[in-house]
Amino acid sequence: MRDVAIVSFAQAPNRRRELRNEVEILMPVVQEAVARSGIERPFDFTCSGSSDFLQGQPFAFVIALDAAGAWPPIPESHVEMDGAWALYEAWVKIQSGQAETALVYAFGKSSPGDLPEVLATQLDPYVLAPLWPDAVSLAALQARAWMEKTGATARDLAAIAVRSRRDAKSNPNATVSGDAEIEKLLAAPAIADPLRAHDCPPVCDGAAAIVLAAGERARKACARPAWIRGIDHRIEPHSLGARDLSVSVSTQLAGEKAGAGRGAVDVAELHAPFTHQEAILREALGLGEGVRVNPSGGALCANPMMTAGLIRIGEAASRIMDGSARRAVAHATSGPCLQQNLVCVLEGA
Amino acid sequence: MAERCAIVGIGQTHHTARRDDVSIAGLVREAATRALDDAGLDWPDVDAVVIGKAPDMFEGVMMPELYLADALGAVGKPMLRVHTAGSVGGSTAIVAASLVQAGIHERVLTVAFEKQSESNAMWALTVKTPLQSAVVAGAGGYFAPLVRGYMRRSGAPDDTGIRVAVKDRANALKNPYAHIRDPNLTFDAIAGSPMLWDPIRFHETCPSSDGACAMVLTSERAIPKPKLAPAWIHATAMRSEPTQFAGQEKINPVSGRMCAKDVYSKAGIANPRKQIDVAEIYVPFSWFEPMWMENLGFAEEGQGWKMTYEGATALGGDMPVNCSGGVLSSNPIGASGMLRFAEAAMQVRGQAGEHQVDGARIALGHAYGGGSQFFSMWIVGSAKP
Repeated sequence: MRDVAIVSFAQAPNRRRELRNEVEILMPVVQEAVARSGIERPFDFTCSGSSDFLQGQPFAFVIALDAAGAWPPIPESHVEMDGAWALYEAWVKIQSGQAETALVYAFGKSSPGDLPEVLATQLDPYVLAPLWPDAVSLAALQARAWMEKTGATARDLAAIAVRSRRDAKSNPNATVSGDAEIEKLLAAPAIADPLRAHDCPPVCDGAAAIVLAAGERARKACARPAWIRGIDHRIEPHSLGARDLSVSVSTQLAGEKAGAGRGAVDVAELHAPFTHQEAILREALGLGEGVRVNPSGGALCANPMMTAGLIRIGEAASRIMDGSARRAVAHATSGPCLQQNLVCVLEGA
Repeated sequence: MAERCAIVGIGQTHHTARRDDVSIAGLVREAATRALDDAGLDWPDVDAVVIGKAPDMFEGVMMPELYLADALGAVGKPMLRVHTAGSVGGSTAIVAASLVQAGIHERVLTVAFEKQSESNAMWALTVKTPLQSAVVAGAGGYFAPLVRGYMRRSGAPDDTGIRVAVKDRANALKNPYAHIRDPNLTFDAIAGSPMLWDPIRFHETCPSSDGACAMVLTSERAIPKPKLAPAWIHATAMRSEPTQFAGQEKINPVSGRMCAKDVYSKAGIANPRKQIDVAEIYVPFSWFEPMWMENLGFAEEGQGWKMTYEGATALGGDMPVNCSGGVLSSNPIGASGMLRFAEAAMQVRGQAGEHQVDGARIALGHAYGGGSQFFSMWIVGSAKP
């Protein structure tokens, strides 16, 4: 495998209701990431992640090309997935020797629609989607399965929310942050039992961009590049009845393939939009108490669709680039109840 | 340096207007099963799945790869979903190839599909959203002015498009998988068909199809005991440009020219018309054959129509194009690009049956999408690159 590193990362402030359109959100983010890398355009490869269903229009990614800068024409591709998978595709392209540098970006503007209902259209269109189970209710089924298996309580879940919001105080891009009191959180009614508001992510709009470079190009672009030492992703059966929701076997497998356990982990950024999912992911990746999880506040405090996974990689890389971590694990998820998961292992040297 | 990548299995469905007998999962599995059978491989042999399709609104299922993971045997494996507009079938194959070329996987299954009967593509292409200009014309309305522009510039005879349609519809009769297989589609029948988007007539237009295409790609060391020799990927290329900007060349797009130049240079092709034996190119409206002949460098600018007129692009001509009947005869949109790539590979493997070009050794697969702004291409050969 070639040495490939993240050399810059930028993201938009994650707002509940962003008045700018997708291109307007994306453009300054792409420009910031490119400027920080010091790499001159054109990039050898560009890849993005987004979903038409958020915009309610086909070819949502086509307009976004205006933000990427595609003139003269560029080698470019797109995944209808979280941008973390766009980063994977770009990494593959560099591994194949067909590129030395790559620009990766993602965007999602969920505020104009009813996101939990939009996500219901992700389900099996013949037997599940016609029932319109919304995304929060499905996550609640998973939370219940996990609590029953582990004996964990609503208080345990609330503690995850309290910690995440406290950490998000130092993240200027977070949608939700602050010093929450556990008793007050628990006094709120359930949205979908056992999940309360604090167990669920805010619906918000956002965008993020990452620049990748190989070998010497990375060393020139960044004082302390975040080297990708392993990256892998796996998918599980779609039907919720066909898997044990209290565990994440695809995260575990992706973590093993990416080599997450091959050394001490200083920081982990886990794409856990719901409190109980953080606990499930920690277990799947074998992250002990000593691992700092989601110092950014995580997806519980800012969850722009199709983007929050790429942000996890960007946040983890930032901890490497700023010297505060030596080895970091980033995770991204897609689909109902953690159906598909990606794990990326980053190191400072 | 990149590993060599071989195409060892190819499968497709019988494309048709409605496949009410299968679900979306059934449709993709049918093509994938045929590709695995062709390769002599089984589901557990596959390391990863790369799937592509055009906009999710064409079926009304958001990110359908999640639901298709089971049907495509992807559980426990990596699965990627590509979407690059109409070029997606080609781009998807290119992503799958790069997984092998990078040495990450040995055997990759790649699938592309569209089940247009589940929704209405014409509607999905016409959605009006606030603050953005809507096409409100479907694809034909968008491309007709470009065809008109080409006619004016090149001075091509008005019946060039009809001649392309006559050829492709005759070719489709030799392809058992083609959607439109109608022996009555003569020159007069096509010329007399209703004008949909002037100058594009009904029978100069692609159909709406349900269909899927699949390929199995492997590294050199993982080539299964061959039923048939593999096709080898000699080069791949992609290019994109923005949808619209002042001074843009829409009729002979720069992105297409750059993409062709890139793929030829990687494959060592100096003279495409001499060195390429057969081409499968994305022609959703008949006039795009002469337009792409020029864009791809098979003809000088303004001269592409002569190739059609002189029969050069016919099966048996010196530069056969779309021997399968092309997109004009089968158009499961997301799969249409992969069908071009797969048909190119079938030609160099000698498995194209009645529409086989004798002795084809080097073939071009081409796809485009959006407003003539996304291009993907590959060159495949019967010999190792």
